[in-house]
Amino acid sequence: MDLILEGIKKAFWLLVSFDPEVLGITFLSLKVSGTATLISLFIGISVGASVALTRFPGRRIVVSLINTGMALPPVVVGLFVTISLWRNGPLGFMGILYTPLAMILAQAVIATPIVTGITLAAVQQLPGKLRLQILALGATRLQMLWILIKEAKLSLLAAVMAGFGGVISEVGASIMVGGNIKGYSRVLTTATVMETGRGNFDVAIALSIILLLLAYLINLVLTQVQQRERRR
Amino acid sequence: MKHQYCREFMLLAAIALLLVSMSSVTQAQEKTLILATTTSTQDTGLLDVLIPIFEKKTGYFVKTIAVGSGQAMTMGQKGEADVLLVHSPTAEKKFMEDGFGVSRRLVMHNDFVIVGPSDDPAKIKGLKSAGEAFKKMASAQALFISRGDNSGTHSKEKEIWKAAGAKYEGEKWYQQTGLGMGQTLNVAAEKKGYTLADRGTYLALAKTLKLSILVEGDAVLLNIYHVTEVNPAKWPKVNIAAAKAFADFMVSKETQEIIKTYGVEKYGSPLFFPDAGKKVEDLGK
Repeated sequence: MDLILEGIKKAFWLLVSFDPEVLGITFLSLKVSGTATLISLFIGISVGASVALTRFPGRRIVVSLINTGMALPPVVVGLFVTISLWRNGPLGFMGILYTPLAMILAQAVIATPIVTGITLAAVQQLPGKLRLQILALGATRLQMLWILIKEAKLSLLAAVMAGFGGVISEVGASIMVGGNIKGYSRVLTTATVMETGRGNFDVAIALSIILLLLAYLINLVLTQVQQRERRR
Repeated sequence: MKHQYCREFMLLAAIALLLVSMSSVTQAQEKTLILATTTSTQDTGLLDVLIPIFEKKTGYFVKTIAVGSGQAMTMGQKGEADVLLVHSPTAEKKFMEDGFGVSRRLVMHNDFVIVGPSDDPAKIKGLKSAGEAFKKMASAQALFISRGDNSGTHSKEKEIWKAAGAKYEGEKWYQQTGLGMGQTLNVAAEKKGYTLADRGTYLALAKTLKLSILVEGDAVLLNIYHVTEVNPAKWPKVNIAAAKAFADFMVSKETQEIIKTYGVEKYGSPLFFPDAGKKVEDLGK
């Protein structure tokens, strides 16, 4: 119990003293996970909506694959991304292993199925007649898609939260592809693992608290947007 | 409604900015060095002191990947690291014989210690021989927490078990964590088990652990670190110039002086003993 109090105190001090290392780590976490979530939104929403609105043979298999992807273990993603990005691996020419860019890539792979799955469920849930109605009013297919996505906005915001929550909290892939390099690819989760290994439990707790605060603030903003939508 | 689009636009703009700022972080290839090392050099904080000095001096950017010695050497074998700083001499010799390394130099040593709960159920405290202690632990069936991760420490542990001639694999009292030294020490402390640890990591963590040093000083417990440059003939992408610069730096007089005093202030005794230029056979005498 003392340790937790000690950690809270430490977190407070690290925050109010604007500790440059902790600030850097926090900012990088935000940058990496934010960018990864964004990429996953572009891919996830387009794929999810397309699959939701089309009928093709083998569709159920695709849907079940997407849903399985929602449970993709980060460490498995980390392993495959690492092996592909090795200098002598298939994507080695890019030379991005152990960089924040590689972490974005791995996290985007983790978040995309989550966003895709939730989008799929959300768009599928819209009444089928709505589509006919929109088309009857003279909308092009692309316009229809845009309206449908806007209709599903509440659920899509949930997809953003789930995707972002999934990647900002994961450690397995980040530590493997990023390498937890000081001042370069160290994020909140990997720093927490390392400080735990070093026996600096107070710092580890402090980092965890900062991570939770960050996640809370972001979800607070997203929830505000989501709930304001609902009232209208 | 209009006000809302404005907000969305702002969001997109912010995101675009983020993406642009991201692209600036990728470093030029020839100026980066991948150092594969053991968790003990990172967990003791030694590298946090040395790396910035090296970077400032040479302009190289060091990517330190702290894993077990086993994994570090595999990275070297696959050409995924430029230089290794590890402590698994037997495996390192094989690494050199197989032609994966070009130059291997002695950097420093400390020693392994057998730690355990202070009530010491297997009664090993004060024994002079590590093998004897392991034998006693086996016959008492006292809980032993092993790294189990092919690290240098794990190799050393297996070596001692072999010398002790005790059966341990698959025994109920023998558990493997598969984690780094720091975490394994924590597991041992929580479960009141014995473990083999390098003194550096143990000292760095001693304040939070309820474990005592029970056996130390046996010659077999010496923990020796070498720096090895990975052979660019096998893997042309290896940055040999940077590797050599780092190896030279590790055995330089200035670095050796830092190693000598590192940890004295914080832990009351040095964590490592500098050995550049010495012979392995002369260590611990």
